[in-house]
Amino acid sequence: MATFQLNGRSVTPKSPDDAPLLWVIRDEIGLKGTKFGCGVAQCGACTVHIDGKATRSCVTPLAAAAGKSVTTIEALDPKGAHPLQAAWIELQVPQCGYCQSGQIMQAASLLKTTPNPTDAQIDAAMNGNLCRCMAYVRIKKAIKLAATRMQGARA
Amino acid sequence: MNRIVQPVGPAESLEALATSRRSFLIAAAGAGLMFSFAGGVGEAQAATGYAPTIWYSIDPQGVVTVNVIRCELGQHVGTAIARIVAEELEADWSKVRFDHVDSDPKWGLMVTGGSWSVWQSFPLMSQAGAAGRIALIDEGARLMGVPAASCSARGSVVSGGGKSISYGEIVAKGELKRSFTPEELGKLPIKPASERRLIGKPAAARDIPAKTNGTAVYGLDAVVDGMVYARPKLPPTRNDSSVVSIDDSAAKAVPGYLRAIALEDPSATVPGWVMVYGTSFVAANRAADLVKVTWKSGPSATVSEADIQAHAAALIADPKAGSLVVADKGVDAAFASAKKKLEATYTTSTALHFQMEPINALAFEKDGVFEIHTGNQWQSLVLPWLAKALGRPEDKIVMRSYLLGGGFGRRLNGDYAVGAALASKAIGGKPVKMVCTRPDDCRFDSPRSPSVQVVKMAFGDGGKVLAMDHAASAGWPTEVMAPFFMPKGENGVAYDPFAINGANHWYNVGAQRVRAVSNDLANKTFRPGWLRSVGPGWTNFAVESFMDEAAHSVGKDPVAFRLALLDASGRNSGVADGPSAMGGAKRQHAVVARLAEVSGWGKPLPANTGLGMATTFGQERDMPTWTACAARVHVDPATGKVKVEKLTLVMDAGTIVSPDGARAQVEGSALWGMSLALFEGTEFKDGQVKDTNLGAYTPLRMADVPEIEIVFVDSAEVPVGLGEPATTVVGPAIANAIFAACGARVRDLPIRPKAVLAAMKTKV
Repeated sequence: MATFQLNGRSVTPKSPDDAPLLWVIRDEIGLKGTKFGCGVAQCGACTVHIDGKATRSCVTPLAAAAGKSVTTIEALDPKGAHPLQAAWIELQVPQCGYCQSGQIMQAASLLKTTPNPTDAQIDAAMNGNLCRCMAYVRIKKAIKLAATRMQGARA
Repeated sequence: MNRIVQPVGPAESLEALATSRRSFLIAAAGAGLMFSFAGGVGEAQAATGYAPTIWYSIDPQGVVTVNVIRCELGQHVGTAIARIVAEELEADWSKVRFDHVDSDPKWGLMVTGGSWSVWQSFPLMSQAGAAGRIALIDEGARLMGVPAASCSARGSVVSGGGKSISYGEIVAKGELKRSFTPEELGKLPIKPASERRLIGKPAAARDIPAKTNGTAVYGLDAVVDGMVYARPKLPPTRNDSSVVSIDDSAAKAVPGYLRAIALEDPSATVPGWVMVYGTSFVAANRAADLVKVTWKSGPSATVSEADIQAHAAALIADPKAGSLVVADKGVDAAFASAKKKLEATYTTSTALHFQMEPINALAFEKDGVFEIHTGNQWQSLVLPWLAKALGRPEDKIVMRSYLLGGGFGRRLNGDYAVGAALASKAIGGKPVKMVCTRPDDCRFDSPRSPSVQVVKMAFGDGGKVLAMDHAASAGWPTEVMAPFFMPKGENGVAYDPFAINGANHWYNVGAQRVRAVSNDLANKTFRPGWLRSVGPGWTNFAVESFMDEAAHSVGKDPVAFRLALLDASGRNSGVADGPSAMGGAKRQHAVVARLAEVSGWGKPLPANTGLGMATTFGQERDMPTWTACAARVHVDPATGKVKVEKLTLVMDAGTIVSPDGARAQVEGSALWGMSLALFEGTEFKDGQVKDTNLGAYTPLRMADVPEIEIVFVDSAEVPVGLGEPATTVVGPAIANAIFAACGARVRDLPIRPKAVLAAMKTKV
């Protein structure tokens, strides 16, 4: 039995310790915003933050979350108004939208460590996140827009 | 996609209906306009709202709810269709909502594909909106005591004679009883483009906010109390496998494992499936890995990609095989007397849909009705399969609609819904959530068939084009899944339009022959699928690569060569192809000419860098989206690696309903074309696709994205599709750019560096 913080509240799921965190979050806890895409950490749809760092929940066993703080898309911002989310809406980024929780969580992690990323840094950080609709042009633009706004807010 | 009508009757009448797309519109109108004022009049009406047609209703608060029969898979179709209705209804956009409706016979044909949604909906939804506006003005005028002729509507308010009344008030207080016959409705005028207030103006897509915060609900997110989970174990062949025995002794050690059942499927949609049940997906998934099944394999258990392609080549070599889609007289004579001939063979590999959300469905029986909760693109196709599989009439089955985590044509084929429904039936109709893993999804995909095409051209004096002969062979999705939608060729043989469209291009090439040949070995080995941009996604690779080769072979510039053939004469004037094809090849000529200007055609480029172009009419001749694309690539002469630096697209898609949404569709579909050209391809090995997850199957990623420039031609013509045409031009544009950069001619998709290197060594 692993106990961890999920979106700020303590949870002790009943799933086996080796169950992938993704399915625990989705099916036992019922937060469906984190998606299943490939099951082998190659598409990024399942990205959550563990202690602030973007992590593929599909290959993370429940036990590995013990004592840690896990954040999903539902709690990235209390009002769903993280600058990335705002930029995603403003630039009309999502098409089917299925990968976007993962894209946003990955980008949020990038902007935490690299507040003003170059194109190459964005590519490097986001290349593991597949967007099958290939909305990459807008994803990149939105990351830059959010970065600029966050810089501005800090200044 | 063309020639699709609601399967409403016996095969003969379907065939009669299926002769043209326009007859679909008539059929759809007939289904949609059996129209009444739902809820009657007076009290009942005030309570339930006013539904001038089945396509929308207005409640006493003035909220308009549009019923959208198309599914949402990333194209923001609900927003687009609701705005078409709202435009003519003169509704206040902030009071307009929409629902993606569940399956019901009253909707007529339910299909989302072929870039049809806006094109097919535009006249019908516009006129439905106009009908409501007229009825509301009449009744509003009566309530205000002023003549209707003095009234007008704007922003959900009827005004006239110095008075005004809102739509909500009219619905609440009025007696709306005006009805329109289909004929009357069909005659209602639609606004001129200059009067439009919503169409063509920027609009935020209503589905987007939920897609940024985790609240959007996809098929995979569907839940119901008491459901169990299941994962199928897939047989060694897609068709004709049967279960011999099941040994679940190892699976019993998995906590939460329930049981494993061989499904019985009278519809033969999921033959040989064994469903493994668990109390959670984790349990079902792990148990499925441990359940041992012995199957009797189907005959395709040893078939390889090379077998399928060799069979295609052999079929093409027989001139009697297949259906003649274009069959001018004089082709053979022109080749016999030609001064010069050119022939080339083009091949494409098996390609997967790889939509992000693996196939899944939730199924259960409730109150005598079987409910299937899943994202699906063609409910009308799968309902008869479900009826046969479950042994119950279609009116006792309902498909509940969800967002799709990608479609790209995969979910036109709803075979996975049958697996889930049978999984529930096998345990007495209890709720079962069936989820496929990614490898399951790939193995059970309806991939784009590998293809072989042989293209020939005959030239006369001065390089004049005298004749063209194009033969194509591939697995035919429509033959396998919807044969009643296949029109007949000139020789009386039925063909799959979605496996040949594109070859029937708008160039005047003298005597022309287009021959489509079904690859029966492909059809038996797997279930060929409709994949984004369908036929033109690979036929246009051959047409446009060949046009480039032909131009070079007679010493002409590839742009000038094409422009000369796009003279809009004869059958390419557009007259014979319906109202959406107004202008014909003139409009294709225009986009090619514009592309040459925009892309800097003919200007010098650095070493190993080339500009290549390709053009298309999109998906179908009667719904042309005139498209031209230039690709600028750099080829590394040491490795053969191709870097796409820039894609430039010029498109004439008629009226653009949603400008930003249109751009998004073109960005995505162009990158799809690039991905299929350079990065995506698998092969059949022992009757199964070889690559079943990322790592092995490698769609384009962010770092591969080139600069993209998109130009839309201003137009007030009928709006046509935008989700696919760009996909069809990027591949040949890249292949032609590779030739321009280094003289290497590549004729196989995807284009791998090894093939470029090899072609560099054999270049002429």
